[in-house]
Amino acid sequence: MAEAALKAQRNPAGMPEPVARAEVDAVNRREQRSLYEKRRKIYPRLARGAFRRLKWLVMALTLAVYYLSPWLRWERGPNAPDQAILIDFPGRRFYFFFIEIWPQEVYYLTGLLILAAIGLFLVTSVAGRVWCGYTCPQTVWTDLFIAIERLIEGDRSARIRLDRAPWSAAKLLRKACKHLLWLAVAVATGGAWVFYFADAPTLAVDLIHFQAPAVSYLFIGIMTFTTYTLGGIAREQVCIYMCPWPRIQAAMLDEDTLTVTYRRDRGEPRGPYRRGDSWHGRGNCIDCNQCVAVCPMGIDIRDGLQLECISCALCIDACDGVMDRIGLPRGLIAYDTDDNIERRQRGQAPRFRPIRPRTLAYAGIIAVVGIVMLAALLTRDSVDLNVLRDRNPLFTRLADGSIRNGYTVKILNKRHDESVFDLGVEGLQPSDIKLIGAEPDGIRVAPDSLKSFRVLLTVPAASAPAENAPIRFVLREGASGIVAGHASQFLGPKS
Amino acid sequence: MSETPERDAHSGVETTGHEWDGIKELNMPLPRWWLWTLYATVIWAVGYWIVMPAWPLVSSYTQGLLGHSERARVAEEISQARAAQAGLRERIAGSDLAAVRADQDLLAFAIAGGRSAFAVNCSQCHGRGAAGSPGYPNLNDDEWLWGGSLEEIDATIRYGVRAGHEQSRANDMPAFLSDGLLSRPQIADLAEHVLSLSGRGEEPARAARGAALFAEQCVACHKEGGTGDPELGAPSLADQIWLYGGERADVERSIAFGRMGVMPAWEGRLDPVTLKQLTVYVHSLGGGE
Repeated sequence: MAEAALKAQRNPAGMPEPVARAEVDAVNRREQRSLYEKRRKIYPRLARGAFRRLKWLVMALTLAVYYLSPWLRWERGPNAPDQAILIDFPGRRFYFFFIEIWPQEVYYLTGLLILAAIGLFLVTSVAGRVWCGYTCPQTVWTDLFIAIERLIEGDRSARIRLDRAPWSAAKLLRKACKHLLWLAVAVATGGAWVFYFADAPTLAVDLIHFQAPAVSYLFIGIMTFTTYTLGGIAREQVCIYMCPWPRIQAAMLDEDTLTVTYRRDRGEPRGPYRRGDSWHGRGNCIDCNQCVAVCPMGIDIRDGLQLECISCALCIDACDGVMDRIGLPRGLIAYDTDDNIERRQRGQAPRFRPIRPRTLAYAGIIAVVGIVMLAALLTRDSVDLNVLRDRNPLFTRLADGSIRNGYTVKILNKRHDESVFDLGVEGLQPSDIKLIGAEPDGIRVAPDSLKSFRVLLTVPAASAPAENAPIRFVLREGASGIVAGHASQFLGPKS
Repeated sequence: MSETPERDAHSGVETTGHEWDGIKELNMPLPRWWLWTLYATVIWAVGYWIVMPAWPLVSSYTQGLLGHSERARVAEEISQARAAQAGLRERIAGSDLAAVRADQDLLAFAIAGGRSAFAVNCSQCHGRGAAGSPGYPNLNDDEWLWGGSLEEIDATIRYGVRAGHEQSRANDMPAFLSDGLLSRPQIADLAEHVLSLSGRGEEPARAARGAALFAEQCVACHKEGGTGDPELGAPSLADQIWLYGGERADVERSIAFGRMGVMPAWEGRLDPVTLKQLTVYVHSLGGGE
């Protein structure tokens, strides 16, 4: 009776409440969160709207890239694998479409990591935690696992009911079904991982026949475990407790950064709303808690920008739906900047400044690193010559008094066919050049491999350098002239 | 314990109820993830004690159910490496030295194996880079006491020099002063002649006297003009390489007291394949004939 009276008091005209208030607690709100407390499970409700659709699209795209990339083929000729993306550990090569990286070129990876890091800095300073909200594997797989959970157990309220219900055959069936599907996704994820490290079609057949190397199964097992645990069970805790990135990203945000923002200037003071109520003297937020109900991180966006928010924008979808139903313009929660809230309160027009010193600096670094890497990639040689001078002995005096120096010469042939080279020396007139471990008439280097041999240079006593002379080894190839060179020294006795 | 725990007014944290002189202890339990990690490591440790070698005993240690042993693992890895090399080692065992040298694969394998065998067995005297030191020949150069062909190097390594083996290299350079064969002035004259053989003489008159002594005492081994004889292990005295030093004092000392270097015989101490590898390696250092 008391409840009915209260309802009558709140809604004297008997108008239906346009939006039911969600009974939901922001479990990860800072004041409510304790390190010592058992995790409280979050039951995110399905959001509907533009950002949810965008997230489905990004999920489909990123998962497709992850699962399908190893199956792409790229023709490289008979002496190289035809897998477009292949990390070949036994062969010590990394193939990426037309690029082939040798172990000594791992600095390209450094360049890529720098580009990725600064790119992330740039995106973050412009539009906040876009990476976290849309493309981070943790977000994508958690989203997928929640989608599966929703498919089997229903949406938020159904899931809560199921968890509260006593164990029954139906509950057991649903739970088992969910975990089996999760496990299937986890195995597929681990399975796709190993295909990046071996020829995918061959490995797939081997895996099915249990002929694949043990390490493949080990990594499938590890990846299955981590996917299942992180995506199915740990979920938002990975972002809040394990990941350093939210803390680092805080340093990239400033008052001009677009973040998922509750426009408190418009929303406050909040309060329940019934159809026909006046909007005069109150804010637009009707305190329906829909933004909290859809949040996969268990926070209330109306508390402001917080470390736990991954900027997935699902609360925007939820709030826009509510605004549509109560006939107010959308965008009570929207991508907006901190600065704009204050500007509006001061009566100034909101503005968005993506171009500012910080973003220009990031873009500049990206441009410089990108150009350097591109230049290095375009000008790199397919043949490399390396010369190591013997240090013990520094030189050898022969019976007739002439001086001999020894060198270890390494020719790297990155081409896919055998090549024949001639080795020459500039800056010295040796009376004898002796090759040990290579044919003197044309040094044959097998495709895609390294040839190492010793070279002995002898200079007559009369023309031997007093202490040392700079020399240069050059590699010639038939008609095409010099293809590689390497500077070295010739040492003689101190006079 | 039904009463609600007291909260600290300042920090809002529960207290444990303990109080010392008015100071109360805040209840700050360890984070759950930390505790679980601790428990997991404890369980892991107990399991580790059971399956792995762990506890020292008086004269031994607990072996563990898995019977793991680092020594056994090393032995297994060595035997695996041996097995992996078996093909090449067999081919070297079945080939003569010239054939090993002619085959690029065998040559590379022999040089690599010879280098490590040299580092373990030979570098103590001949030096890491085989550059030698006074008394220990430089193996990089082209003067060989006992010959620099593959066969001669092989024989020197196998049987050594004055090593007690019946096929050991041996010769007898007299100690001209201590044996009473020559006087000090005669030795000085002889040294002057020896230096003149490599163009370093200073007093032609003494050198002429020395030449007569050389013809009398030395030419049998060191040959006419001091060119030496590898068959006898007699070094050339006319070139730029001096095993025991080429200064006048060094030469005089060599004549006065003789030189009798030694080198161990390696046959029986190293396996035949390693001996072949060593030979090919030494030959490849640059002076091989």
